[in-house]
Amino acid sequence: MLHAASASALRERVVSGELRAVDIARSALDQIVGADARIGSFLHVDGEGALAQAAAVDRARAAGETLGPLAGVPIALKDNLCVRGVPATCASKILEGWIAPYDATVVERLRAAGAVIVGKTNMDEFAMGSSNETSAYKLVHNPWDLSRAPGGSSGGSAASVAAGMAPLSLGSDTGGSVRQPAAFCGLVALKPTYGRVSRFGLIAFASSLDQIGPFARDVRDCAIVSEVISGRDPRDATSVDLPVGSYVSELGRDVRGLRVGVVRSTLAEGCEPGVVSAIDASIDTLRRLGCEIVDVALPTAEHAVSAYYIVAPAECSSNLARFDGMRYGPRVESPDLLETYGKTRALFGREVRRRIMLGTYVLSAGYYDAFYAKAQKARTLISRDYAAAFERCDVVLTPTAPSVAFGLGAKTKNPLEMYLADIFTLPPSLAGLPAISVPCGLSDGLPVGLQLTAKAFDEGTLFRVASAFEHATDHHAHRAPGFATASVGGAA
Amino acid sequence: MTTRYEAVIGLEVHGQLHTKTKMFCGCSTAYGLPPNTAICPVCLGLPGALPVPNRQAIALAVRAGLALGCTVRQSSRFARKNYYYPDLSKGYQISQFDLPLNEKGHLDITTSAGTKRVGITRIHVEEDAAKNLHGAGAGTDTLVDFNRAGTPLIEIVGEPDLRSAEEAEAYLRALRDVLMFTGVNDGNLEEGSFRCDANVSIRPVGQEKFGTRCELKNINSFKFVRKAIEFEIARQEALVSSGGKVVQETRTWSSTQEKTLSLRSKEEAQDYRYFADPDLPPLVVDDAWLAEIRVSVPEPVVARRERWQRELGLTAYDAQVLTSHPRIAEYFEAASASLERALGGKLSRDKAGKRVANFIQAEALRVVSTSGLDASFPCSAERIAELLALVEDETINGKIAKDVFVDMVATGKAPKDIVAQKGLAQVKDSSAIEQTVRDVVAKHPKELASFKAGKAAVKGFFVGQIMRALKGANPALVNDVLERVLAEG
Repeated sequence: MLHAASASALRERVVSGELRAVDIARSALDQIVGADARIGSFLHVDGEGALAQAAAVDRARAAGETLGPLAGVPIALKDNLCVRGVPATCASKILEGWIAPYDATVVERLRAAGAVIVGKTNMDEFAMGSSNETSAYKLVHNPWDLSRAPGGSSGGSAASVAAGMAPLSLGSDTGGSVRQPAAFCGLVALKPTYGRVSRFGLIAFASSLDQIGPFARDVRDCAIVSEVISGRDPRDATSVDLPVGSYVSELGRDVRGLRVGVVRSTLAEGCEPGVVSAIDASIDTLRRLGCEIVDVALPTAEHAVSAYYIVAPAECSSNLARFDGMRYGPRVESPDLLETYGKTRALFGREVRRRIMLGTYVLSAGYYDAFYAKAQKARTLISRDYAAAFERCDVVLTPTAPSVAFGLGAKTKNPLEMYLADIFTLPPSLAGLPAISVPCGLSDGLPVGLQLTAKAFDEGTLFRVASAFEHATDHHAHRAPGFATASVGGAA
Repeated sequence: MTTRYEAVIGLEVHGQLHTKTKMFCGCSTAYGLPPNTAICPVCLGLPGALPVPNRQAIALAVRAGLALGCTVRQSSRFARKNYYYPDLSKGYQISQFDLPLNEKGHLDITTSAGTKRVGITRIHVEEDAAKNLHGAGAGTDTLVDFNRAGTPLIEIVGEPDLRSAEEAEAYLRALRDVLMFTGVNDGNLEEGSFRCDANVSIRPVGQEKFGTRCELKNINSFKFVRKAIEFEIARQEALVSSGGKVVQETRTWSSTQEKTLSLRSKEEAQDYRYFADPDLPPLVVDDAWLAEIRVSVPEPVVARRERWQRELGLTAYDAQVLTSHPRIAEYFEAASASLERALGGKLSRDKAGKRVANFIQAEALRVVSTSGLDASFPCSAERIAELLALVEDETINGKIAKDVFVDMVATGKAPKDIVAQKGLAQVKDSSAIEQTVRDVVAKHPKELASFKAGKAAVKGFFVGQIMRALKGANPALVNDVLERVLAEG
């Protein structure tokens, strides 16, 4: 079955002529038709576009052209990424029917690499949520257990890959939105350093935190696609002009002597026992591989949740102001302008409205210093904690999430409880650091994720450690039971 | 005893930075394009679009700061000013707030009372909003033209140092001169590329504390600025004198009713929730760039006027007229330098300057047209110098020069060619002149006799006859020779 193969394997078979890109695309589209009714991971499937891109790859091969690193590889994109001529709703009613008139930079890069975009994936509305339940359109079911959440906010992107509908997908990560769903769905996902991947064409949630990150079933695929989408973009002033380097060349490298920092204090608190034991086993694995395990402390990280839920809503309150019904998207017309604004913006869902109000409040005159300014200071302190930690270690190891995938509806009543699902992913986000989540075992049959965080722009080290860890274990080979139709491997 | 009041006025000026493209995208800033044709995802605020600062706009803003004596902040920040309005595509305006690009400058103004230094609080960079076209749609619908959205602006916030409408107008005129002469702004009030808001309050003379101020919005001509401020001062004085209180509010000038009208009160003032724009890193102007911009700042217009009076023989009035536009000033300087060169020191610098100044004011300015920072001239400055050089070496006289200039404008030909083709060169050879003089005198014995009889006016008749015969000659020379010949007789 083509849909279960890795991206690197598919690309190899396209290059060798063993497979046509068009057939791979058809296979992916068939799998979406067959499986997505149960999962709900797609908001829009672009069959026509996908087949056209695949045909172009086949023609390029026939013409003897050099094929890109993702030639013929199907990829699903989170619905907050702009693809020319394709809807982009952010899973919100306020963008219902809006067709993006331009390609995001990552989309241009994917196209240039030969990737085949199969569709747009479900998400928490405007990426605000940790379970994909704030989507205005439909739920996403975790392929490992359909009664459970896939995580969020990039739940659709994660579930589509876990259910074999595409070997790769892109999500966006503001406070853990690729890492936590990767952990819940047994995938590898990278949140790149802030500034590493262009945000041009990513519909903003919180601009100072947002980064686009990929999902894959193994570390190699994640490295390949990360390399493709990374690098300076003149259209994003926050993108950084530093060489990306070869992530793929980090794969399989020795990790002996590499120092892995473990934050002991946070581990015990609020983590499920199954997560703790999987992490403990992972630490043992890395030690066996020759890594030096050191204790590090991130004392201010405990303020990450509070700081994040000030900074991110503040930015979103401003970022989402443009959805006013004046230029695009639906408008709920009223004779009075203010009323038109109010009624139109009532199309936002509860969680989005909650955060807009929170953000508006913390930026208001008289409250700015007490909230926003203080949260920014907390960010600085968290960054300093990491700087101190990285004097003692090369990567910081934590669980990705304190639990395995929770049940759909289990946390929707209590937003604060939902926010705590991000306690491990928020500190690297606030510090702008790269972090990867890799499968590190099962707890009661559900995947557990291991998060590794590195210094800014040191994604290479993350791939090196993640790759060594993957080679030493078989966690990544576990597949969602109902969707494990073929054996997969890095180089199948 | 009646209290005497003084006005306290501070101006906020928005000037469009003279760039080809917008502040954060590559769209054209050209004025008057068909609605919504210079737009893109960035200036339309489409989902996912991001701003990237226009380097030229920043350079111009720094240039304005330097020209106005500001301290340039080498790491400043863009901030978002959040509010809702249909002409605001993102729901916020990208501006600067707590860390502006330029601070603490000044501008010297001259009024009937003399010269005064006015403080400039800050000059920051921001983007313009789109334009609402009320009633442009069906019925009372408002349509929005986004061509203007994202146009680069500087906001120049002046200190409340102005004390009269006259000073306010002088400040605005001086500011416009500085911006135009540095190439920062085209000074076009009609097209709205130079706009002014005024904060006006009054206080009893001698009182330190400011009174409650009103903000006058959108006064778009020098005349209206003066009138609006005069009206507002009088309104506030009348109000306070009769026991009333000035309410802090925003007012607008109605040119039809010739008075200021209330727009909104302080209670309706918005909380803009400023915060640093996370899409834009700190705006850094490093030492090398700052030095590069510093070199590009031209000589201040005031200094230029003084230098022309000192070195080029101009009166204050000449200097004022010839600095009415930066291109005219350049034209004058080029022409006078060219004339000085052409004459190789035969004419002192101040005389050359003055001749050129006189000629440009009397003849050339009539056929010069300006549009924004551009101006079109009927001929090059070098041609003006060539023409005046012909007068200076007595090939033609000043009167003929005017005719030649008319020809130059009409045909685009070089003055030398026109003079040659039309045979306008005056006779400079005194022996040739003497021959003609003797011929003319000999041909008119009757007139000679009446001259001898004491009728001095007949001399004019001879001059006329001689000049006609010579088809132009140096009048002074003709006069000399004629007098000599007549004395012989």
